[in-house]
Amino acid sequence: MPTELRVLDDGAWVSVDNERRVPTSDVWRFAATDFCACATAFVLLEAFTDVGVQGCEVTVDGVGRCVDCGEKHAFSGLGVGRVLEGSFRPYPPDGVRAGSEPTV
Amino acid sequence: MATDVEEWKAEVYGTDIREHVERFAEEGWASIPDEERDAWFERFKWYGLYHQRAGQESYFMMRIGTPGGVLEPGQLRVVGEVAKEYATGPVSNPEFGDAWADFTTRQSIQLHWIKVEDIVDVWDELESAGLSTVQACGDSWRNIVSCPVAGKDANEHVDALATVHEFQREFKENDRYRNMPRKWKVAVTGCREGCGQGDINDLAFEPASKDGVDGYNVRVGGGLARNEPRLARDIDVFVPHERAAAVADGMSALFEEYGNREDRYSARIKFLVDEWGAEKVRRVLEEEFVDFELQSAGEGFRESYSYNAGRDGDGHDDHVGVHSQADGTNYVGLNVLVGRMGVDDVLELADLADEYGSGEVRLTQRQNVVVTDVPDEDLDDLLAADLLDDYEPDPSPFMRGSIACTGTEFCSLSIVETKNRMVRYARHLRDTVSLPDEVEDFHVHLSGCTASCAQPQIADVSLRGMKTRKDGEPVEAFDLGLGGGLGENPRFADWVGERIPADEVPGAIANLVETYEREREGAETFRDFVERHDESDLEDLVEPEETSYEDPMMHNTKRTWYPYAEDDDMAASPAPTDGDGVPLDAATGDDSAPADD
Ligand code: HEM
Ligand code: SF4
Ligand SMILES: [Zn+2]
Repeated sequence: MPTELRVLDDGAWVSVDNERRVPTSDVWRFAATDFCACATAFVLLEAFTDVGVQGCEVTVDGVGRCVDCGEKHAFSGLGVGRVLEGSFRPYPPDGVRAGSEPTV
Repeated sequence: MATDVEEWKAEVYGTDIREHVERFAEEGWASIPDEERDAWFERFKWYGLYHQRAGQESYFMMRIGTPGGVLEPGQLRVVGEVAKEYATGPVSNPEFGDAWADFTTRQSIQLHWIKVEDIVDVWDELESAGLSTVQACGDSWRNIVSCPVAGKDANEHVDALATVHEFQREFKENDRYRNMPRKWKVAVTGCREGCGQGDINDLAFEPASKDGVDGYNVRVGGGLARNEPRLARDIDVFVPHERAAAVADGMSALFEEYGNREDRYSARIKFLVDEWGAEKVRRVLEEEFVDFELQSAGEGFRESYSYNAGRDGDGHDDHVGVHSQADGTNYVGLNVLVGRMGVDDVLELADLADEYGSGEVRLTQRQNVVVTDVPDEDLDDLLAADLLDDYEPDPSPFMRGSIACTGTEFCSLSIVETKNRMVRYARHLRDTVSLPDEVEDFHVHLSGCTASCAQPQIADVSLRGMKTRKDGEPVEAFDLGLGGGLGENPRFADWVGERIPADEVPGAIANLVETYEREREGAETFRDFVERHDESDLEDLVEPEETSYEDPMMHNTKRTWYPYAEDDDMAASPAPTDGDGVPLDAATGDDSAPADD
């Protein structure tokens, strides 16, 4: 079953099959990404610019800001959830993820 | 490649949307096909309907456009009645009760918690009173803003209201501009004080004269959103009063033709003006979109602009208080803290306007209301009315200067709680911080995100929603800006304080005010004081600090279904509901999965 994905309302959220499933304004943990000088970057997602799929994972591109040091970057390929048996399961933003780490 | 939004617009948009909304209203929420929801909710915006944020599915914000902020006699009562009947949510707001009306920074009215099943009944009631929600959101000719006392002001240059009404007939009461690339915000100013705020609109008509003829100078490409604020650019055009609509038409057509449709982030006309420059905008307008020769700019009044300017001088910064009208009666501006008024108060205000004025009420871009046409002999009675204890004509500068947007309560873009927080800030500042005696204006504008609906960049203290970590936990926070304001030399704030935890913002403001009071030179206003300092000095002036202010909303309020519900957890949301507010069993359960499952 194909999954319909899009970014709406000026990058405010990701729509998965016509439902708002991933919002901006959460703080995500970027453990392995070289986002800024902080050991683990806690990144406030300010806007999404694109959404796509890699395998069964839904990934986003966007703009974020480290809430500790203030550095702001575009990033791409952040895993935000996966599609299992046709339904989308979002990752919790603050979890330690095995999902895709974005690149900056 | 065309964006999804452009494709949806090409299929159904403009007045064709209405019959579909009528069908959905008749058949109920569940009749909107699951796979078409993104498309329909985008289209609904053209009719002034915005689907509320996640956790509030099936409920809509409805925006009513009041041209130039004018509510004709009788209209405010209808707004109050409609809000009371239809704009009641599943739970109440601790400050504002069960139902209220929001008066916005673009002189519109917003109602929340409108159910799809009720939309047509609400439209019928509004339309029977001459009110409309058409083109209030979406890619459209938005509510036309103006000086809120146009046609009344003893001191105005041209009657902006006549122009507003003409634009309303020409561009809003039909769907001639159903295919704008993006929103289109127009301001018409007629007074010498600049209350139309043209500088932050896509298209601005500014009062001017040329060779003894009255009319407008034209500016294009202002706007605040997306970290890309622009002041409208002077395109060196004067237009006589009776030709203003032809120029508005030409500029709209130019935007329709040349605006960017590939990338919604770069679609506003401000970006086209960046790319082309003012001269090319003028040339293309003249060559392709009007059939007469354009005149060069006339003599304007920008040096006397005082609205939202933060300067010392004769002109007013807002419309609060008692002022004389040209016809010998008075208008009385009342402060509505953060623009929100409970429905019983709305109805009470409608009564007062009937009893002491002409029944007309107007809305300002500072989220306040104005009762017009009050004869001298009725002034004292109006001023003695109980309602004016809460909506004061002579408030504390902190109450008077506060503006806040919608925020996480309803808005899907927001990062933080806004309106109720600004109410708490304003009361705390009023009770604990003193400004020099003669200072009446101190503007604090608080926006929940970079869309800047509360116009944060043109305030004495600019606040924009952010997050930070405090004691290891993510908490709601603000970036703080200084130095913004309109007037003769408009300027946007510099963001000199970053990621201040929400509970330390009142302390930061108190410290700023204290330094200002101690170090100001003569009668210097806060804006003048700020301008005397460079950016790094200003950074040093921002000293966030915990004070007696306590903030109950430090957690992620966007992750609640409604921040003020007793059980605010997303899973506790009753939405979506049917037409009677009964939860439709969505049976989604908890489907979030840790990544390592
Ligand atoms: C549910 C979502 C939203 C809500 C509740 C909301 C609310 C508001 C309100 C109350 C106003 C002032 C009223 C008016 O236009 O009549 C406003 C204006 C504004 N909105 Fe929004 N808004 C939302 C989404 C957006 C989006 C998606 C943008 C796009 C970037 C945006 C950008 C603005 C800007 C820039 C202004 C006014 C500043 C100016 O005068 O130019 N808003 N909005
Ligand atoms: S400024 Fe942002 S948070 Fe506030 S109402 Fe506008 S879009 Fe929503
Ligand atoms: Zn960092």
